[in-house]
Amino acid sequence: MIPEYGQLALVLAVCLALCQGVLPLAGSFAGRRDWMQMARPAAVGQFVFVAIAYAVLTAAFLQDDFSVLYVANNSNTALPIQYKFAAVWGGHEGSLLLWSLMLALWTLAVALRSQDQPLEFSSRVIGVLGIVSAGVLLFTVLTSNPFDRLLPAVIDGADLNPLLQDPAMVAHPPLLYIGYVGMAVPFAFAVAALLAGKLDRNWARWTRPWTVGAWFFLTAGIALGSWWAYYELGWGGWWFWDPVENASFMPWLMATALIHSLAVTERRGIFKSWTVLLAIAAFSLSLLGTFLVRSGVLISVHAFTSDPDRGLFILGLLALISGGSLVLYALRAPSLEAEGGFRLVSREAFLLANNLLLVIATALILFGTLYPLFHNSSGAGDLSVGEPFFNFVFLLPMLPLSFLLGLGMHAAWQKMDGGALWKNLRWIALLAVLLAVVYPLLAYGSTSLLTIIGVSAGIWVTLSSLIEPVSRMLDSRAVRLTRAQLGMFVAHLGVGLFIVGATVTSAFSIETDYAVRIGQQWQVAGYDIEFRDMRVVNGPNYTADEGEFEVRKDGEFVATLRPQKRLYRVRPDPMTEADIDDKLVRHMFIALGEPLGNGEWSVRVQYRPMINLIWYGCAVMMLGGLLAITDRRYRQRKTVKQGVDAPTGKPAQEGAH
Amino acid sequence: MRQKWFYMIPVALFIAATPFLMRGLQLNPTHIESPLVGKQASPFVLPNLQNPTATVSLQDMAGEYALLNVWATWCVGCRQEHDFLLQLARSGMPIYGLNWDDNRADALHWLETLGDPYVATAEDQVGNVAIDYGVFAAPETFLLAPDLTILVKWFGPLNTRIWEEEFLPAIEEHRNRG
Repeated sequence: MIPEYGQLALVLAVCLALCQGVLPLAGSFAGRRDWMQMARPAAVGQFVFVAIAYAVLTAAFLQDDFSVLYVANNSNTALPIQYKFAAVWGGHEGSLLLWSLMLALWTLAVALRSQDQPLEFSSRVIGVLGIVSAGVLLFTVLTSNPFDRLLPAVIDGADLNPLLQDPAMVAHPPLLYIGYVGMAVPFAFAVAALLAGKLDRNWARWTRPWTVGAWFFLTAGIALGSWWAYYELGWGGWWFWDPVENASFMPWLMATALIHSLAVTERRGIFKSWTVLLAIAAFSLSLLGTFLVRSGVLISVHAFTSDPDRGLFILGLLALISGGSLVLYALRAPSLEAEGGFRLVSREAFLLANNLLLVIATALILFGTLYPLFHNSSGAGDLSVGEPFFNFVFLLPMLPLSFLLGLGMHAAWQKMDGGALWKNLRWIALLAVLLAVVYPLLAYGSTSLLTIIGVSAGIWVTLSSLIEPVSRMLDSRAVRLTRAQLGMFVAHLGVGLFIVGATVTSAFSIETDYAVRIGQQWQVAGYDIEFRDMRVVNGPNYTADEGEFEVRKDGEFVATLRPQKRLYRVRPDPMTEADIDDKLVRHMFIALGEPLGNGEWSVRVQYRPMINLIWYGCAVMMLGGLLAITDRRYRQRKTVKQGVDAPTGKPAQEGAH
Repeated sequence: MRQKWFYMIPVALFIAATPFLMRGLQLNPTHIESPLVGKQASPFVLPNLQNPTATVSLQDMAGEYALLNVWATWCVGCRQEHDFLLQLARSGMPIYGLNWDDNRADALHWLETLGDPYVATAEDQVGNVAIDYGVFAAPETFLLAPDLTILVKWFGPLNTRIWEEEFLPAIEEHRNRG
């Protein structure tokens, strides 16, 4: 009986989401306060019922209730308990439910924090979120019900996909989903502003922390996914430009652009229609990311099996949400008046350049990701756009971006002397290039033009982010930086570290595959590797071949690595568990390949310098985001006086023409 | 002030992209078309694994629908699909083995202990035939028509679902055509 309660809760959640979507919006146009006041209770109720449905599904997993089809397909009695929690979102139906739960959570947070906003505005925001919720919940109930029964029940389940049985994979989907779904909040703010035909600086101030919050989780999710792919897929790469990775990366780029554009809108009251468009695009790409990839439209190892019904529903939803908001944009954006212009050398101009470059990068990645579809439609057969394409088109806008970033951080709003800016920073630029020439030669004994350019860019951004906070720290009389300013510098420091890490890893990694037997020794990147032993290890739901390798350098012991090749009992696909000796400046990575017969194994050994900076860089970016959100001005409740009055809901007269 | 049409560009781009997404829904994401499908299988004559003085050749497979299954004792996926192959052989489907890059003693031991689903197994120690068939990892399975054209090339272990979704429709379609 219990799963049916889950079903019931889900249906009630749909009803409440519809109320939340329709009533407040209708009320805001009809001027009915009572309808508008329904927004908050409906949002709370929707959250409660989605949470109940989610809890019921989790309980079904914990109790091994294999009379529920979804549980039977994604769990097993031998599955360790932490993975039973993770198995709830291990398949299509459960991930949708998780998506809805996250959206309900964001909506709840928005509803609780909306007291300082005019009722008309907040009820529109919550209403738009309600429409999105209703769409996704309906999709779940009608095409992907996680509570469908399997009668008669099976004795034991088909187990969770072994690829997902990993600590990083437990956290990766929820984090990514919080990020994806979080982009619904700036989207709802943008649509509410379009509906009102009016957008002021308070709007930007309300939207910014939500955007940075969603961006924070998106960053965490992507970084964790990259880390997972690095050691779990066993290839040792950290980014593959796979459609699924691109699907999470594109919203991230757009969210990054949006954060910067919002800064301009808040400070100067310009770039309004641009900001709104970015908010719509970021959420549309999130939708594309969650749904289209999972529906099988894009070819990927991660994709779920395709189901045309689901696909059509998803496209319909996308057409309603993205198409609808873009039509609204076409109608209303012309009335969003800028409150002035800007000059060529000013922070505004730098941020505009940032936006354009990020949008170009996104557009090129989108093109590359969808290209196989265009190609297929012309009937020329399957074709994938590969890594070299993406590396090239991504690097192209990123190099000028990192150069401008180092300057732009120190640029003043409105107007400044470009010559003075350069004069202050030229020594840093010189130092960055100098270090970039010397460091690879000293550390790795070789270099190339591309390496020098990449490392220069990274060190330039790193140093440029450090000078301001450090110099203020050293000078006791200096005015302290606000949290938001500090957050900005810290986030950019993360970008700099990331660039250095990515460049050095790509340039100086050594990847080798050997066929070896027990007792053999060989050298990789100056390290001696010895294949010591091979044994069989039993896990709770798998059996593994475990190799033992000793790593030495100049005769001194460095580490013992034990990579595994696992065979899960219920789904016997061999899984690679690499083992890594993790030092700050390098990774030694060993993965077992296939047994080659005669006691020989193929073994993959990789030496990856500075690869840690990639993930540390992401962590530092996230820290920057966290600092920015906690800035004082987001915690104060009262409306800032500068700028135009709060949105009133009437179409702006001055904007009509 | 910019023209109004300027603000319609985003929605126009969106509308332009939808047909491609629609089209994408009809594609099978796991389908990898091999250039060999639809072509004549390349001929071979190899020693018979169980009886090295005799041979196994492509011509042996002519005249009926048959499978050519590439396997090796070092391959985990082959172990995985073995029970299904036995079941398939019992149901009357002729399966020919191509033992690839393996050693004879191991291979014979495998067939003795796990059962032998094959009508005959060819021994391709050098791997030349496997190259002709574009094999890049075991197991791989080819479905051949009576006239020895390749109808399906399947990469990875077989199971009932794949058999029903990929192989049976191919046989059906080939029958209807000719």
